[in-house]
Amino acid sequence: MARTMTGAEIVMQALADQGVEHIFGYPGGAVLPIYDAVFQQDEVKHILVRHEQGAVHAAEGYARSTGKVGAVLVTSGPGATNAVTGLTDALMDSVPLVCITGQVPTHLIGNDAFQECDTVGITRPCTKHNYLVRDVNDLARVLHEAFYVAKTGRPGPVVVDIPKDVQFAKGEYVGPSNVVHKTYRPKLKGDQEAIRQAVDMIASAKRPVFYTGGGVINSGPAATQLLREFVRMTGHPITSTLMGLGAYPASDKQWLGMLGMHGTYEANMAMHGCDMMINVGARFDDRITGRLDAFSPGSAKIHIDIDPSSINKNVRVDLPIIGDVAYVLEEMIRVWRARTPQPDKEAHDAWWKDIDGWRARDCLAYKPNKDVIMPQLAVERLYELTKKKDVYITTEVGQHQMWAAQFYRFEEPNRWMTSGGLGTMGYGLPAAVGVQMAHPDALVIDIAGEASVLMTMQEMSTAVQYELPIKIFILNNQYMGMVRQWQELLHGGRYSHSYTEALPDFVKLAEAYQCVGIRAEKPGDLDDAIKEMMSVKRPVLFDCRVHKEANCYPMIPSGEAHNNMLMGDDVSEEELNAAISDEGKVMV
Amino acid sequence: MKPLEIANEQHTMSVLVDNEPGVLARVIGLFSGRGYNIDSLTVSETEHEAHLSRITIVTTGTPMVIEQIKSQLERLVPIHSVRDLTVSGQPMERELALIKVAGKGEKRVEALRLAEAFRAQVIDASTEHFVFEMTGKLNKIEQFILLMKPLGLVEVARTGIAAIGRGPKRM
Repeated sequence: MARTMTGAEIVMQALADQGVEHIFGYPGGAVLPIYDAVFQQDEVKHILVRHEQGAVHAAEGYARSTGKVGAVLVTSGPGATNAVTGLTDALMDSVPLVCITGQVPTHLIGNDAFQECDTVGITRPCTKHNYLVRDVNDLARVLHEAFYVAKTGRPGPVVVDIPKDVQFAKGEYVGPSNVVHKTYRPKLKGDQEAIRQAVDMIASAKRPVFYTGGGVINSGPAATQLLREFVRMTGHPITSTLMGLGAYPASDKQWLGMLGMHGTYEANMAMHGCDMMINVGARFDDRITGRLDAFSPGSAKIHIDIDPSSINKNVRVDLPIIGDVAYVLEEMIRVWRARTPQPDKEAHDAWWKDIDGWRARDCLAYKPNKDVIMPQLAVERLYELTKKKDVYITTEVGQHQMWAAQFYRFEEPNRWMTSGGLGTMGYGLPAAVGVQMAHPDALVIDIAGEASVLMTMQEMSTAVQYELPIKIFILNNQYMGMVRQWQELLHGGRYSHSYTEALPDFVKLAEAYQCVGIRAEKPGDLDDAIKEMMSVKRPVLFDCRVHKEANCYPMIPSGEAHNNMLMGDDVSEEELNAAISDEGKVMV
Repeated sequence: MKPLEIANEQHTMSVLVDNEPGVLARVIGLFSGRGYNIDSLTVSETEHEAHLSRITIVTTGTPMVIEQIKSQLERLVPIHSVRDLTVSGQPMERELALIKVAGKGEKRVEALRLAEAFRAQVIDASTEHFVFEMTGKLNKIEQFILLMKPLGLVEVARTGIAAIGRGPKRM
């Protein structure tokens, strides 16, 4: 039954009907009617951030730790443009979001009005879809469609731009069950014949490896369970991208660790030497493949992906299966059971022997230091002391992010929130705000770098306001560490503008924000300081002073193949200088 | 690191879209944002009641890129269907051109004679000029324009290619 209400009321009703409990936002002139409607209801709780980019990252953290659609509310003009980084981040990492932006009234659109910008034009390439709603009677339908588009198929951000006069106008509200999208119907079930063929291929493989990605996590908890079941049934090794960590437990003996540029030696060597690659919900990103023409030269490749445009984009595959990971894996398990394949035990034993040889290389080893905290040690100790807790980890972008991925070990999905595709410095702190909002009793830690975290530091104020006890664990080396590392490798150690001469005193900064500051400067202080951080029930800025020039290894130098990795413990000057070819230098 | 040398192919695609604001911008933005080529692009509403427009795109790329273009187009939310007409068989392709030629005497007579041979219509004329309307395949139009050059070609307006698949079925 249709009900008449104002556009602003329609927005709040639609959010409530879509199950939104929290919306992250920042008010302004063009969204005042919606903020008035926010004020007059209590189904949807609004969280006031300090910058619109923070609102979007918070919603991303919320979405990725819950599997729900994140919601954002910002004003026109600068409100919308400030949200663009977050939207692009969500698009690259397939995070479902609905971002409502205010717009100047329809009669002023195109007149360069105050705080006007072409929001749908600006956000078209950085959203999965966007809408400008010119008629209040379309508003409810568009909002429900926006949620459907955001979460269906490959998830992504959707912007709904609402002019101020439409927010005031009265129109008919329709509920979500009355809205069916005209055209958008992603294929969820994989092709049966392809699935049968895939099972045959996997059954006859001698050196197989599972290469899994964020698609498994996006597909939901069932996909994770099915992946674990299938991988254990086959007994084959498994590696994952940065985005897929947690889908398979890091403690399992079949787990090889993360692959890619800073992945483990065993994972990358297995990818290089396999005869059968089973890609489950990953996209052959350039951080993963390294040099394309030398990528896993001897393997047949199966690729399960919900997005047909991911197939054959970077790497040509032998058998694509388009569908949702959970559907496809369920079917694969069924077919596998029915076939009862006879594995080539001899070949598999030899393959595991190779892998154990690569594992024995202990690629994550680093030179210990008695006087200075090694960043790797900091993450290792953080992991050891927090692993038994209900813990969620977010990160910023750079060396600390890679160390977190290497040394923090994830047993469950949705526990790891990081900016993978876009590589957005400043992601982790606001993402932690969003995660903590969704999981008030959990231990939420942002493993941060001092440069990244300063980009969105103002969100500490949000954490304090809403009593969110997030822990910002800063690996402080005073450098933009990854930039410095690349300058060392590619630019003769000329550290152009990668050193921050004037950093704030993070402990005093914490006091200024009325939260808690903790500093650790010596390896011996580390454990007690971490324990203190965990015992504090308020937001914490943890200034962990680490070795200033530690590099992140192992590393596939840009433009090189998987089997050509630099190792941390014995990389020589000559090796470093020769590591990257001129052709590799142009790669990012 | 050298990419494999794979020959480019030209393909014609038909794209059925909701006739709503911004849909053409989405398609064009996709091509510019991802670095695909547009050799020709035409768009017009083709089914008024269903609110559908048909976009015809001629593009050039390696087979892998062509496959990507199709998948990327299909991913856009307001797109109903995408058909690579070149893959489905020799499509019918036609273009309309308006060609203005100015001149006197022998050249003028020659231009008119050639127009008749090419079945171009005169749609505007004075003692000093003609405007020809011509419909046909791309190479026919290009050949005619080439012939008009020495005869006083002033300017040309072209619609771009409209294309349709052979046989009784719709796309």
